[in-house]
Amino acid sequence: MAPTEHVPLIEMRNIRVAFGGVHAVDDVSISLHPGEVVGLVGGNGAGKSTLIRTLSGAHRADSGEILIDGQPQVISNPRDAKAFNIECIYQTLALADNVDAPANVFLGREMTTGWGTLDDGAMEDATRKVMGRLNPKFTRFAAPVMSLSGGQRQAVAIARAVYFNARIMIMDEPTAALGPAETAQVRDLIRQLKNEGIGIFLISHDIHDVFDLSDRISVMYHGRLVGTVRKEDVTADDVLAMIILGKKPEEASRKELEELRG
Amino acid sequence: MADVLTSGPAPAQEANRGSHRLRGALAATEIDLRLFGMLIALAGILLGFHIMSGGKLIQPANMVTLAVQASGVAIMATGMVLIIVSRNIDLSVGSIVGVVAMSYALLMTDWLPALGIGLDSPFQWLVALAAGLGIGALIGGFQGFLIAYVGIPSFIVTLGGLLSLRGSVWLLSSGAAVSGLQTEFRKIGGGVLGSIGETATWLVAGIACLAIIALIVYNRRQRQRFGFPLRPVWAEVLLGAVGCAAAIGLSAFANSNYLPPGLATQYALEHGITEPPGGLKVPLGFPWPILLVMGVTLAITFLATRRRFGRYVYAYGGNPDAAELAGINTRWTIMKTFMLMGVLCAIAAAIGSARLNGATLDVGQSDELYVIAAAVVGGTSFAGGIGTIPGAVLGAFVMQSLAYGLSFNGVNSPTQNVIAGIVLIIAVGLDTYNRRRGSAR
Repeated sequence: MAPTEHVPLIEMRNIRVAFGGVHAVDDVSISLHPGEVVGLVGGNGAGKSTLIRTLSGAHRADSGEILIDGQPQVISNPRDAKAFNIECIYQTLALADNVDAPANVFLGREMTTGWGTLDDGAMEDATRKVMGRLNPKFTRFAAPVMSLSGGQRQAVAIARAVYFNARIMIMDEPTAALGPAETAQVRDLIRQLKNEGIGIFLISHDIHDVFDLSDRISVMYHGRLVGTVRKEDVTADDVLAMIILGKKPEEASRKELEELRG
Repeated sequence: MADVLTSGPAPAQEANRGSHRLRGALAATEIDLRLFGMLIALAGILLGFHIMSGGKLIQPANMVTLAVQASGVAIMATGMVLIIVSRNIDLSVGSIVGVVAMSYALLMTDWLPALGIGLDSPFQWLVALAAGLGIGALIGGFQGFLIAYVGIPSFIVTLGGLLSLRGSVWLLSSGAAVSGLQTEFRKIGGGVLGSIGETATWLVAGIACLAIIALIVYNRRQRQRFGFPLRPVWAEVLLGAVGCAAAIGLSAFANSNYLPPGLATQYALEHGITEPPGGLKVPLGFPWPILLVMGVTLAITFLATRRRFGRYVYAYGGNPDAAELAGINTRWTIMKTFMLMGVLCAIAAAIGSARLNGATLDVGQSDELYVIAAAVVGGTSFAGGIGTIPGAVLGAFVMQSLAYGLSFNGVNSPTQNVIAGIVLIIAVGLDTYNRRRGSAR
């Protein structure tokens, strides 16, 4: 599936991030191709979110480089990331709860009229069109997003990425706050985005989500990259073993694996 | 579900119509119910004191005085809304007013004459005004810089400002009161001298009516352009009619405030008019401070709702992380709110010093409390992200009406303070209760 011989959309090389002596991310390299979903898994504190935040511009890496379309680039704040069409959907959703859906979709990139005033009509219109694709039942365009359901809020967050032609999408626990039906909706959405040629980093605790959606899976353990595997080469148990033991399946001893399986 | 798609929230109300008919009608006009409630509360307060005073309170002269007294606080409250909405506080506004008021007085009597721009120079007051506005912006901007870029909490920075700026007032004038401002400048303070007269007042009413109608038509066009649901025509017409009636009514009311008899006689003499029996009636119209309140309210409402700056202030208040991650320059946004606050303080200081014809050491003292109270009574929430400009202006008028009404009825000022404090707590308590109930539904 993944055309590895082509230039990757994104390549992160030897990324290091330290918080006061502790290496949250220690010499990690990962890559992402167009139309590919790369699952990023690991236990709590494995460094997944920190790694990905260096890509979204929320953190600076202490060392290492980021290549976009094969070119080394510097991403020092969220605006830089957006300029490279990198869009993030955060675990905390990062929505301003007190304003409505159109205001959130266009937050930081508002449409304005010739007078320099906000063009709320045009923004609502565009939001209606994007949301029509993502969640056709949605009608509450004037309500503050705090009054929306978890799935609707997720759709608003994704609408933001879709509207601005994301090429690289980062999804941090996109289904964590959702019920089963809404989770299914988001999964469909991810497949749809993938078919449109968008590259997606999927961070999730849910091994089923990851196995269901990813082409490749990168496992992190205590800030290090344990390894990146192609989905068809491994089983869910193998990946679980990597997450828990921090070793590749072939490196783990039989005893360790047996203990794991109980 | 299907009918919700076609026409929004209205059908839900069809079920229990009758009892909810009025509510439904109000919803169709899309009027802000809180604002509407506050207007009614304001009318209630005034009417109550009117009856208490044996029908003497509600007269043009009293109402104009009340409005002029509230003007400084009302103007500053508009800026305070933006500051509180973005999760900060400004305790220094009263002291900024003090510094700028003293600066106006010293500029006109001392500093500018030293530069060769004397009291007789026709533009001296304009130079002084511009300098004062600049000083306000500078003080606000400096505090904003410390808060947004250095990261010191706004409470601390502006508490420091409250103390040191008040001290600066004393240092500026070596502890003396300064008086003798240029006549043109004194008009900013309103009164007999600073009112715009009958014709100009009607002109204001006319412009306001045209603007209201233009705004309604423009909004309807915008919604039509994208095929969004429209307000019913009756609601549009009603809104326009009520708006125009209010503008014309206020103007007529201001125009029924006449020059006091002694001054009217003098006016008649100066203009070569023979005074009719019963005295000459010279309508004063709107005083400048009230026009300034109107202008500032419109301008800041425009900034808050129609410009990116306002959108960012509210978004930051709702979720600072989201605003930051959306790529908004949050620090600059916060710094700007404080700069704007400084400019609004300078406008309030102009009104204050013009009314005094100078400056004393305590101009603006404890204004910060009234300004914060006005914003909060007007529905601004300390949790951030919530608050409206017109609400805060109404809040200022509610608080001032209370004070004015009480003193009009002979209540002494300590008792006034006791009552004002209790009302503040009750108003916010009711609001919190309403909101909680509203969000539970």
